[in-house]
Amino acid sequence: MASYILRRLVGSALVMLAVATLVFFMIRLVPGDPIAAMLADSGSPEAREAMIRKLGLDQPLIVQFWKWFTNMLQGDLGASIYGNNQPVTTIILEALPRTLSLAFLSFVIALVIAIPAGILSATRKNSATDNAVSLFAFLGLSMPDFWLAILLIIVFAANLQWLPAIGYEPLSAGFWPWFSHLILPSIAIGTGFSAIIARMIRSSMLEVMQADYMRTAASKGLTVRVQMLRHAFPNALIPVVTVIGIAFALLISGAVVVENVFAIKGLGRVLIQGIQNRDYPVVQGAVLVVSAFFVLSNLAVDLLYAVIDPRIRYS
Amino acid sequence: MMSDISAQEQVLDVPDMAPPKSRLRSAFARDRKAQVGLFILGFFVLAAVFAPLIAPFDPNEMTLDMMGRPSGEHWLGTDDLGRDLLSRIIWGTQISLFVGISTVALALVAGVTLGVVAGYYGGWIDNIIMRYIDLQWAFPNFIIAVYLVAVFGTGLLNVIVAIALAFLDDFARIARSMVLTLKEEQFVDAARVQGFSDARIMFRHILPNALAPIIVQATVSVSYAILGEASLSFLGLGVGPNTPTWGLILADGRSFISQAWWLGVYPGLAIMLVVLSINFVGDGLRDALDVRDTGA
Repeated sequence: MASYILRRLVGSALVMLAVATLVFFMIRLVPGDPIAAMLADSGSPEAREAMIRKLGLDQPLIVQFWKWFTNMLQGDLGASIYGNNQPVTTIILEALPRTLSLAFLSFVIALVIAIPAGILSATRKNSATDNAVSLFAFLGLSMPDFWLAILLIIVFAANLQWLPAIGYEPLSAGFWPWFSHLILPSIAIGTGFSAIIARMIRSSMLEVMQADYMRTAASKGLTVRVQMLRHAFPNALIPVVTVIGIAFALLISGAVVVENVFAIKGLGRVLIQGIQNRDYPVVQGAVLVVSAFFVLSNLAVDLLYAVIDPRIRYS
Repeated sequence: MMSDISAQEQVLDVPDMAPPKSRLRSAFARDRKAQVGLFILGFFVLAAVFAPLIAPFDPNEMTLDMMGRPSGEHWLGTDDLGRDLLSRIIWGTQISLFVGISTVALALVAGVTLGVVAGYYGGWIDNIIMRYIDLQWAFPNFIIAVYLVAVFGTGLLNVIVAIALAFLDDFARIARSMVLTLKEEQFVDAARVQGFSDARIMFRHILPNALAPIIVQATVSVSYAILGEASLSFLGLGVGPNTPTWGLILADGRSFISQAWWLGVYPGLAIMLVVLSINFVGDGLRDALDVRDTGA
């Protein structure tokens, strides 16, 4: 087990290293001239020279890479080329709690919908409930998250005026301001996610219900409720955990788009604005952190998988 | 899926080889969902092909009838520049379907080639290809597409290439795992004994037997590609500001949804219907071809 964890940690570190390298070199392959974009109209040859020297772009690529890489390891991701040249690390640290709050709440909402839906449709296979869950799952998978976001704004913000349409309040401002700003975006992101999980739980439950120990549980005279919740559901969760890793991808992709609908300045909005502004240090930094987020959640799922299923022994 | 469940162990079941066409037809005849999917999809394909004939207005023609409610003249209303929403959505169908199909065609050809070569030769070729594929597998397709558009820039061709590259790994993995199973079959030995070239064995003998899961994956991928293009366009990273695409129509209408709800409702409805119909068809194909869930 210890060696398995070590191997996964090293593997994840290698992936991050590869991503950092790719990000650095790919962004330098961009056709077009970032310096010209940065200088906009004031592009005198002298200003250009000065800018190139300031950014160290006159040095060989490999030297630039080494500098960028060692700085990165010390938490220095460079500075934005716009506005008051905020350090990228500061921008990202400001954005991170927003994206994490959003991801966490979407995750909770998805599970709250998916677990009962999945269990109900498995225990009442081919019933009206089952069909309704299946239709919901198809709709959830097919609905663009940013469109659902817009529909929610039309209904709950523009018409009913129950909730704010845009923005973000930190948790320190109180639970309700935080929650009321995040609930609509979280539903928009969580719905697609819940569709996948509900489908998984259903098929996993159906498989588990065929097991010998389920027959034993039934012949012991346990109620259906206890059979399902104590015996079938925990075992059905095991394959679901791996899918949560895959579905986490949806959650992060969702946050990137939906943050832009609700004008929440999280990682996704920082990334997209950086791309639109050709603010390369910001894009590099955001790509790196979003990637790290993803690699770490994959790692967490793998380790969790080893913990919840004692039958799995990693050598 | 995680990189440590390495591609080596992942071998798909080879479906039985009954004549696929008749099996498909009989399965679809029983599958109400797939029929509904085909019907809706056919409707959109017709709209795309005949857009110049059926769109009631020029999609870019601005009028003074701004943010007009849905009416007898403008069935779905008009946008903030007085452009007819229905006409813009009809023209948008062309872009959506074109991007969806061409990206998947590209991803399929490139991904399947990589996967077949990796699986067939094994060894260091397999190692190099699969290390890259595993790396890409660790990231959501959409995020990869966003990164790539950031590098390439916006525009129709760039968007197509970016989404295609993002989807490449799905096809490579499926093709490789099919080849790993199939290359042990006797018909491959027979072909080899006859002195056929590797390329011929790979693409004329092995690949046709590996098509079922690839077809299912391709169908599902078209729906993801359409969603991806719409999301990129919505974020301003799409085809471009002057082409009516569904994502862009939604992005443009977003600021006005409190006065003009139709700008926020109908373009998204079009996206959802197309994606839903493709998912219905894909699900039907999966059942008909007896392919287990590829889970992408």
